[in-house]
Amino acid sequence: MSVAEQTFPSSWRRPPFIKNPLLRWSIIIGAAIYLALAFGTMDVNWQRAAEGLPRGQRFVAAFFPPNFSDNLGVMWDGIFESIWMAIISTIAGIALSIPIGLGAARNLAPKWVYLLNRSIIGGSRTFPEVILAIFAVKLFGFGPFAGFIALSIGTIGFYAKLLAEDIENMSASQAEAIKATGAGWFQWINYAIQPQVMPRMIGLSVYRLDINFRESAVVGIVGGGGIGATLNTAFERYEFDTAAAILLIIIGIVMVLEYTSGFLRKYVQ
Amino acid sequence: MLRLEGLKKRYKTGDEALKGVDLEIPDGQVIALIGPSGAGKSTLIRCVNRLVEPTGGKAFLGDIELTNLSSSKLRKARSRMGMIFQEYALVERLTVMENVLSGRLGYVGFWSSFFRRFPAKDVQEAYRLLDRVGLMHMADKRADELSGGQRQRVGICRALIQNPDLLLIDEPTASLDPKTSRQIMRLINELCQERGLAAIINIHDVLLAQMFSQRVVGLKLGEIVYDGKPDGLTPDVLTEIYGEEDWEATIEKVDDENELESEA
Repeated sequence: MSVAEQTFPSSWRRPPFIKNPLLRWSIIIGAAIYLALAFGTMDVNWQRAAEGLPRGQRFVAAFFPPNFSDNLGVMWDGIFESIWMAIISTIAGIALSIPIGLGAARNLAPKWVYLLNRSIIGGSRTFPEVILAIFAVKLFGFGPFAGFIALSIGTIGFYAKLLAEDIENMSASQAEAIKATGAGWFQWINYAIQPQVMPRMIGLSVYRLDINFRESAVVGIVGGGGIGATLNTAFERYEFDTAAAILLIIIGIVMVLEYTSGFLRKYVQ
Repeated sequence: MLRLEGLKKRYKTGDEALKGVDLEIPDGQVIALIGPSGAGKSTLIRCVNRLVEPTGGKAFLGDIELTNLSSSKLRKARSRMGMIFQEYALVERLTVMENVLSGRLGYVGFWSSFFRRFPAKDVQEAYRLLDRVGLMHMADKRADELSGGQRQRVGICRALIQNPDLLLIDEPTASLDPKTSRQIMRLINELCQERGLAAIINIHDVLLAQMFSQRVVGLKLGEIVYDGKPDGLTPDVLTEIYGEEDWEATIEKVDDENELESEA
């Protein structure tokens, strides 16, 4: 038989992601049943939701007009404290993240160093900043120092992990070439690793500054100082117009940081 | 210059990349190491400067045994061996000058390298080498702005500024077009002759190997199966190294090339 006479199939389907049809269909049907059951057990009280709406309306109405003037001094103190807290905790967090991130990169560190540093990162990632702040307030008392500690630890979990991952994804040949020149370990980091990870790390540090500023508001509510404490006081004294002003300022600052980080990241690439 | 005695490498996966290689390279000899992919060419040169740790045998650079050096002595020994890579392996975000000067890292301390304050004679030598390969005007450009051929020239400068006794060259032309490949190979050859450097060049291209080396070593499955003059590469020998194929065309072409070269 010649090749020309051979017949070929005229249709083609992409092979399914899960090969075994039995497994595939039981996963699909199982997920559907679970979803149906989950929706069935969710007990939504529509009447209460309806009653909540006008209350919500009154609550939102109390925000307007935002009052920037009455508590201006306290507000600025809170904001400067938050900015200070965000900057210092970002710097301290990153300074601690660099050795931890280097140690947590599998292609740099021996196994035991790697495991140790990965568990430090894992530990700090387990707890959200609010929980860390609650611990820190218990340990160091109320005030911005507790907030600073909480945010610094939070920064380690974020920054060291991303640094380690960036190092693991770097080009191995560039690292090999510098090692082959007879460079020492620190020289090797400085010439082969740092140039490869620097642009992303600069972008991420501005991003983390942005996160730390936002988190400083949350951290303040549990006693960690900063704008969060001011915001909390405003709520407790039913000064919703002042609270609205504070929220607007937070939004403004976060937006400025957002644009700055976007611009900086583009610039360093 | 370089002497390998029963050099062995077995990877953790169990693959035996080198099965006891004996090789001696005298001062100033340029040898081409040919062989199919997976024959152990890259492993062999990486075992010499211990980017890959050999699992058996010995390697000597002069009278220094490379295979049992402590890490600080290994650093010193590495600085005597320049390496040139397939994909150039320049640090892309550093400038051309930093890439060239990085060849001196084995000789300068951490802080002077950190602040990019290299000794005056190193800077002068870097400029001299860049001028030699025709890239003087590129010194302040970032390495990723260069073309493939230019990058490989910078790679060559980085290896030479180490003032090495031996060059380890891994597929220098694999990512270059045929014309640039020849220019690069010619440049490497000239520089080796100017400085009396010994070199091992891993190369896929049999033609280039014959054109630009004084001795060809054929590696197959971690063993040396040919060691001799470039013109000793007969179809039988190539079949021994690479397996059955019509080799006549390759060999004939080589002869043409040689004539062209001598006319030029």
